[in-house]
Amino acid sequence: MGQCRHGVGMAFLRLLAIRLLTTAITLAGVAVIVFVVIRVVPGNPIAMMLPPGATEADIARLSALYGLDQPLVTQFGIWLGGVMQGDFGTSITSRQPVLDLVLGRLPATLELSIMALVMAVILGGAAALTGTRFRGGRREGAIDVANGMALSVPDFLWGLVLILLFGVLWPVFHISGRVSPALDLPFTTNFYLFESLIRLRFDLWADLVAHMFMPALALAIPLAAIIGQLLKQSLKETMNLDYVTLARTKGYGETRVILREALRNAILPTLTLVGVQFTFLIGGTVIIERLFSYEGLGNMAIDAVINRDLPLIQGIVILFAVIFTAVNLIVDLLYAVLNPRLRHA
Amino acid sequence: MSFLSIRNLSVRLKGGPPLLRRVSLDVAVGQVRGLVGESGAGKSMIGKAVLGILPPSVEITGGQIVLDGTDLLTLPPKERRRRIGATCALIPQDPLTALNPSHRIGPQITDRLVDILGWTRADANTRARALLEEVQIPNPDRVLRSYPHELSGGMRQRILIASAFAAEPKLIVADEPTTALDVTVQKQILRLIAGMQARHGTALLFVTHDLGVVSKVCQHLSVLYAGMVVEDSAVTDFFAAPRHPYSAALLAATPKYTDPAAGLHPVPDAVIDAVRAEVAAFDAGGR
Repeated sequence: MGQCRHGVGMAFLRLLAIRLLTTAITLAGVAVIVFVVIRVVPGNPIAMMLPPGATEADIARLSALYGLDQPLVTQFGIWLGGVMQGDFGTSITSRQPVLDLVLGRLPATLELSIMALVMAVILGGAAALTGTRFRGGRREGAIDVANGMALSVPDFLWGLVLILLFGVLWPVFHISGRVSPALDLPFTTNFYLFESLIRLRFDLWADLVAHMFMPALALAIPLAAIIGQLLKQSLKETMNLDYVTLARTKGYGETRVILREALRNAILPTLTLVGVQFTFLIGGTVIIERLFSYEGLGNMAIDAVINRDLPLIQGIVILFAVIFTAVNLIVDLLYAVLNPRLRHA
Repeated sequence: MSFLSIRNLSVRLKGGPPLLRRVSLDVAVGQVRGLVGESGAGKSMIGKAVLGILPPSVEITGGQIVLDGTDLLTLPPKERRRRIGATCALIPQDPLTALNPSHRIGPQITDRLVDILGWTRADANTRARALLEEVQIPNPDRVLRSYPHELSGGMRQRILIASAFAAEPKLIVADEPTTALDVTVQKQILRLIAGMQARHGTALLFVTHDLGVVSKVCQHLSVLYAGMVVEDSAVTDFFAAPRHPYSAALLAATPKYTDPAAGLHPVPDAVIDAVRAEVAAFDAGGR
């Protein structure tokens, strides 16, 4: 057994090393692409900063100040040199360090995405389990129809539907912002939701949830449908396997058989897909945060693009790329934990 | 006194042809009944009907499955399931697919004892360990902590046999338990099942297509053709003088390993035609 555990540790370290290396290469590629693209598209950040009527000389002076008059390769070299030392440059619009701005907004987007993921897993999982339990019946048909509807409408339209339902017709949730501005926040980090729980401030927690609920649900609905459909399909296939039949002869009821025997084996294909889809969900926060005026990374990204705030755009895109690769790594590790056959490979 | 008594059991594909035609058979307490017939004759279907694991595409259209004096088919589903779980067990055909790949071996043997029969986990673990020793698995403690993919097919079949005997069932259905195994392993597994059956005094319904196996482990046998029992005899009588022409032809078709020169004797067409006519006459007679 000792030898076995040693092997698992080695395999884990090797996986981690390979992933870190590929991550570095991926991020370098992303950096190059973003750097080039945002400088090729029309729109001059300097022109946006200066009042109307500024002279060519003013523009040239300010361009030189930000290094924008240098050749592209030199600009990239300067930027990369800074990044290596943890300096992502200074935002052109707010004149604050990009790293501080981006990390300040990251917790809001992470909390929103994770809440959406939890909702999607709960909703999709419930749909899949109910559909499997009552397969072949009318209830499975109803779940299939609901899944189809959830899938065929994109997240931002669900956002509008939710605003109409829970913001206008039956106003139980806040339609904009992250937290009510009147509240006094005792938080030291920007993970408000998490910290409100740690500090046992359930009044603040409730207010945060009332703000997050609709944007999170809008993001969750399409993912929930995907989880529900795929998990139900693999559960139904698993339910026909020999070990499930054997468990039935032992006296287990249908629900116990689904949860005990089938679920853990059926969940693996869904897990891979959820990893991929979760990165799409994080991408979806850009529009959803705008829609609900939620002060996260996505909302900041749109402002940065409108203002041609090149350093900030770069910083945000790199951060999104880091998040995406981290999600993929977590999925791979979870897969190995859930599938004993992979642990020894 | 028979522990299992099947009376006039009819099963059909939903909206389709019959699969079992008024099957009747008994398995006495502590006795072994062989169930033979060619592929598709319905032998496995009988075992599945007894254990309540018929596929959803199949329905029981008539008859009784009397287990220990109670007709299972009259019980509510939950009570039927509990009763089957407490008194019956299955030795499945393919050991490679019959163990859950995500669970360790230990819990797969003890789950019924703990969850259905209410044993303590410690008692169940002791029992599992003793069972693995009884089926001659070396190093049982290590095996109990293993996952199925770490063990060979023969080992896994031994584990499934141990698991079937775990709750001291009154009846075990063995569904072609040696078919998926290596020829060299088949013999050991067969001997193991016969030995365990004799020691524990369990009634056994042994589904097989191999008359050689029947002669070694069974006291009675039923021969099936197209879901119909064409012969029900004591094994000694059957091998001395089969009563039905189809079972006689089946017996003659069994290859004699001791006499390779004798060649192969497939069941003659005339016999097949005759038994088909019997089935047709049965169907025309109405159920």
